[in-house]
Amino acid sequence: MTWEEMLPLLGPATVETALMVGWSTLFTLLLGLPLGVALVVFDRGGLRPVPALKSGLGFVVNVGRSLPFIVLMIAIIPFTRLVVGTTIGTAAFVVPLTVGAVPFFARLVETALREVGADVVQAAQAMGASRATIVRKVLLPEALPGLIAGLTVTVVALIGYSAMAGTLGGGGLGDLAVRYGYQRFETLLMIVTVVLLLVIVQLLQSLGDWVARRLSHK
Amino acid sequence: MIQASGLRKQYGDTVALDGVDLHVREGEIYGVLGQSGAGKSTLLRCVNLLERPTAGTVTVAGQDLTALGSRELNRARQRIGMIHQHFALLSSRTVAGNVAFPLEVMGVPAAERERRVAELLELVGLDGRGKDRPHQLSGGQKQRVGIARALAGNPAVLLSDEATSALDPATTQSILALLKRLNTELGLTILLITHEMNVVKSVCDSVAIMTGGRIEESGAIADLIRTPGSRLTREIFPLPEPGPVGSVTLTFTGDPRQPVVSEVVRKFDVDLSILGGSIEDLAGGSVGRLRVALEGADTGAALSYLRECGLIVERAGEAA
Repeated sequence: MTWEEMLPLLGPATVETALMVGWSTLFTLLLGLPLGVALVVFDRGGLRPVPALKSGLGFVVNVGRSLPFIVLMIAIIPFTRLVVGTTIGTAAFVVPLTVGAVPFFARLVETALREVGADVVQAAQAMGASRATIVRKVLLPEALPGLIAGLTVTVVALIGYSAMAGTLGGGGLGDLAVRYGYQRFETLLMIVTVVLLLVIVQLLQSLGDWVARRLSHK
Repeated sequence: MIQASGLRKQYGDTVALDGVDLHVREGEIYGVLGQSGAGKSTLLRCVNLLERPTAGTVTVAGQDLTALGSRELNRARQRIGMIHQHFALLSSRTVAGNVAFPLEVMGVPAAERERRVAELLELVGLDGRGKDRPHQLSGGQKQRVGIARALAGNPAVLLSDEATSALDPATTQSILALLKRLNTELGLTILLITHEMNVVKSVCDSVAIMTGGRIEESGAIADLIRTPGSRLTREIFPLPEPGPVGSVTLTFTGDPRQPVVSEVVRKFDVDLSILGGSIEDLAGGSVGRLRVALEGADTGAALSYLRECGLIVERAGEAA
């Protein structure tokens, strides 16, 4: 395969991967962040202890995390159809990607928030800050470097998941690797795809590390 | 200013506070002294209800906090400053941002906040450091930020949770001097807990000594020093207790240069040997304590004379 043949394949595939990962990252952030906050706030010794609720949420998160992504993807096909009306194409795979990443990210959010010192939270309580203020102005800002690091790990995981989505008709670089690398033995294209993924992941990780470091004032 | 009565706090089977009464008068510095585990930290945290007591009431500035709902309690807490052993500053904010935090909580507008923050930083001797990050400051400076933050809401009361325990001796003295100054200049009532007698000696007007969740002894330092056999006196002065049988311990609370001892020797024809003693500067003035052995015909009259001079005379071997 020549470069002229490969480029028209690589370009759209990269865009598809970027779209899948981009949208699912957005939704993961919107759903996973509150879920992670809830896991900390409702915990025993949290700002508003409701241990039963915390256990319930924790159970759901663990179920989500214990299914291998490829199994999850197939298992929730009816749900995907309900949400986007179809189960193939890039848009359809944003649903399983989000469902797969939310519990993962929520646990990372939980861990990052637990790193915030209990004394700082208590100091805010002693000042008469409400629970909402403590979450907004103490927990989240203090945990921000950890949250950024968690988000970076999540995006990288989503890139991995998106390659599996490719095998079931989601498109993207994973799909390219299966169709050309695996089924047609196009070694050069396979190598290019691998290098491309490597570079993307490296760049994202470096960016995440850099932002987290900039925000950390320890 | 602070009135706690019948405070009990239990965690499961562990009793942290076992019926504590505390009365802190307006404008005084009140120290709660005790070893770790004595319950003093729990007591302090019950005063602003960070811990809700199992039983008992807490009244601060005339308001019964134990009777308040969470919104009113938050409003009341804005008028109670608190400083912490490990400073508890927000690393995500600058020094100025940390001091501004309680003002944000109170809903003070931005322009007003900025003015007040500058004022507070100047008050604690940190003017010009507003843009620094907490991690760029020394321990003493961090505690100054903590103090500025605690004063943001013009509190009537400041609670200090071992505020100098993480600091070296020189820095401890400078922070204590700052607290004393704020007490005098702003009329701020301060309730502090500490395990260091030095803190009590340098700044406190009153003290409560805690052991095992109870207050063993409490009152104005000047009164406790005059109370024979008080725990405070024994803790402050490093004389072995009890003294040898027949020895006499004299406590001077007036001018330490009064020549009463030589007077007694001359007047009553007794021999007096000094076994030990020291002078301490307390918040109320200097206090001396001297352990002596008296020999001679008229030791009884000599001791009565010393009592007349205003000394506190304790005789080892007598009923305590």
